Amino acid sequence: MAEAPAAEKTQRPIVPFLKLPATGNPYLQGSRCKKCGATYLGARMACSKCFSTDAMDDVQLSDKGELHVFSIVHQSAPGVPTPYIAAIVDLPEGVSVRCNIQGVEPDPKNLKFGMPVQMVTEKIRTDREGNDVIAFSFKPI
Amino acid sequence: MRDVAVIGVGMIKFGRYPEKTVPELGAQAAHLALKDAGVDMKDIELVASGNLYQSNAMVGQRILQIIGQTGVPVINVANACATGSTAFREAYMSVASGAYDMTMAIGSEQMGKMGLLGGGGAGGDPAYSTEGVLGSGLMPAVFGMAGVEHMRKYGSTQEHFAKVSVKNHKHSMHNPYSQYQTEVGLEEVLNARVVSWPNTLYMCCPTGDGAAAAILCSMDKARQYTTKPIRVAASVLTSDPWTQRDLIMPDINTLTRNAAKEAYEKAGIGPGDLDLIELHDCFATAELLHYENLGICGEGEAGRMIDEGATSVGGKIPVNASGGLLSKGHPLGATGVANVCEVVWHLRGEAGNRQVEGAKVGMAHVIGLGSACTLQVLEKV
Repeated sequence: MAEAPAAEKTQRPIVPFLKLPATGNPYLQGSRCKKCGATYLGARMACSKCFSTDAMDDVQLSDKGELHVFSIVHQSAPGVPTPYIAAIVDLPEGVSVRCNIQGVEPDPKNLKFGMPVQMVTEKIRTDREGNDVIAFSFKPI
Repeated sequence: MRDVAVIGVGMIKFGRYPEKTVPELGAQAAHLALKDAGVDMKDIELVASGNLYQSNAMVGQRILQIIGQTGVPVINVANACATGSTAFREAYMSVASGAYDMTMAIGSEQMGKMGLLGGGGAGGDPAYSTEGVLGSGLMPAVFGMAGVEHMRKYGSTQEHFAKVSVKNHKHSMHNPYSQYQTEVGLEEVLNARVVSWPNTLYMCCPTGDGAAAAILCSMDKARQYTTKPIRVAASVLTSDPWTQRDLIMPDINTLTRNAAKEAYEKAGIGPGDLDLIELHDCFATAELLHYENLGICGEGEAGRMIDEGATSVGGKIPVNASGGLLSKGHPLGATGVANVCEVVWHLRGEAGNRQVEGAKVGMAHVIGLGSACTLQVLEKV
C-alpha cells in the first residue's frame, strides 16, 4: 500500500477567486456570462443580470484598475489593525473588487477618484495547517 | 386588496435594558399598542414579530406567552435592518388580502453595546477572515463608501453629511422615546473621532434595545375603534436588482428608488405631497442619498437641501423629526415599527413639541443591507 505523501505546506489564497499559478503572476479570476456579457468576481451558478444558467467563461482579470470609492476605517472588529483604507476598485473587464489600498498613508488627501492602482499580493497569516495565507491589495501606480 | 388602517401604536423609549428579556421588551410595546387601539389580544387574528439577533428563538410566540396565548398564527420575521418594517408589511398584507380583519406587528431587539461590529462572523478558519484585509464589509465602511460615492458624483462634502447629524440630534431634543436627547454642534460632529471616514462618531447610529408595535385593521371596521384611523396608502418591499457593482459594493440606492416609484404609484401621490419622512439614517451619509432616492429633491441637490434647512422641522419637508436612527437609536427589529409609530403620531397631531404642523401624509423608509427596502406611506383620513 502506497504511503500518503507528507502534507506539504503550501500557499493558499484568502478567497477562491485569487489564483496563485505555479508559474506566472497571481491574478483574480472572474466569470463572464455567455449570453449578456455581465462579468463577475469568481465562479457563479447563473447570471443574476439575465438569468442564463449556461456555463460561464472564465476570465483572467486585469491586475490594474481605477479607484472608485474608499473609506478610511478607524474602528473595526477586534484584532483588525486600524486605520486602513477600504476601497472599491473598478477593473477594465467591468468588475469591481473590494480591497485595501496600500502604499499611501490612510488619509483622504492621498486618494483621488479614478486614480490608477495595481494589484499586489502578500502573505498575511498562517492557517491552522501551517499554510501561508495569501491576500491581495491594490496600490497606487 | 382592501384598505387597511393603523388603529394603534406604541413603543418603549429606546435605550439599554440589560435586566429585561427580548420578549419582555416586545410585550411592553404590544401592550401599549393594544391599549392605544382600545382592543385586547382576543381581537388580534395574526401576529408578525420582527427580531433579528434571536431570529431562531420564536420571539413572537414568547411575547404571546406573556400577553395572551390565543393560538393565532405567529410569523417570526428576520430581514436585516428592515426586520420590523417587513413584519409590519406582513401584518398589513394579511389584512389587505382579506384573510384577517385585525393583526399586530411587533418589532423588538436587544443589542446592548455589541455595536454594528457584532455581525460578520464567517465561521471557519479565522486565518481566512477578509475583514480589514480585503476592505471592509462592516456597516460603517459600507455606508462611508456610499457617502464617498455621492461626493464623487456631486461634490458633496463631509460637512454636508455632518449637518444631518446636527439636525437629527436637534430634533431628538423633543422626542421622549429617543435613546439620546443631546444637541451637538457642527464643529463637535466634525471633530469627533472618525469611525469610518467620512462618518464620525456622531454620524453613526447607536446600538441599543427597544420595541415597538402597531395594530392594523380593515378600514371598514377601523372607525369602530378610533376616531383617527391612519390609512396605509402603500406598503412596499423590494430587494436589490442587478446593478454593476452591487455584489461587491452594496447598492443602497436602486432598490430604494424602485420602492419609491412603486409606493408613489400605489398611493397615487408624488414626493411633493409628503408632509414628513422618517428615513433610514443609520449613518449620516445615508440620509442625504435617500433625499434623492425618494425624490424629495433632484439629482445632486441633497447637499443644498440640508444646507437650506429644508428637512428640519419647520422646513419644506421635515425628515426624521424623531431624531432619526442617529439619536433615537436603531434596535434593528424595532426600527421599522417605531418609524411607523412616529409617522402615525404626527398624522394624529400627537407628536408633542416635535409635531409637524398639519401633517396629512407621511412616509416611513427602512433599508436592510443585503438588501431589503421597505416603504410605508401613511395617510390621515
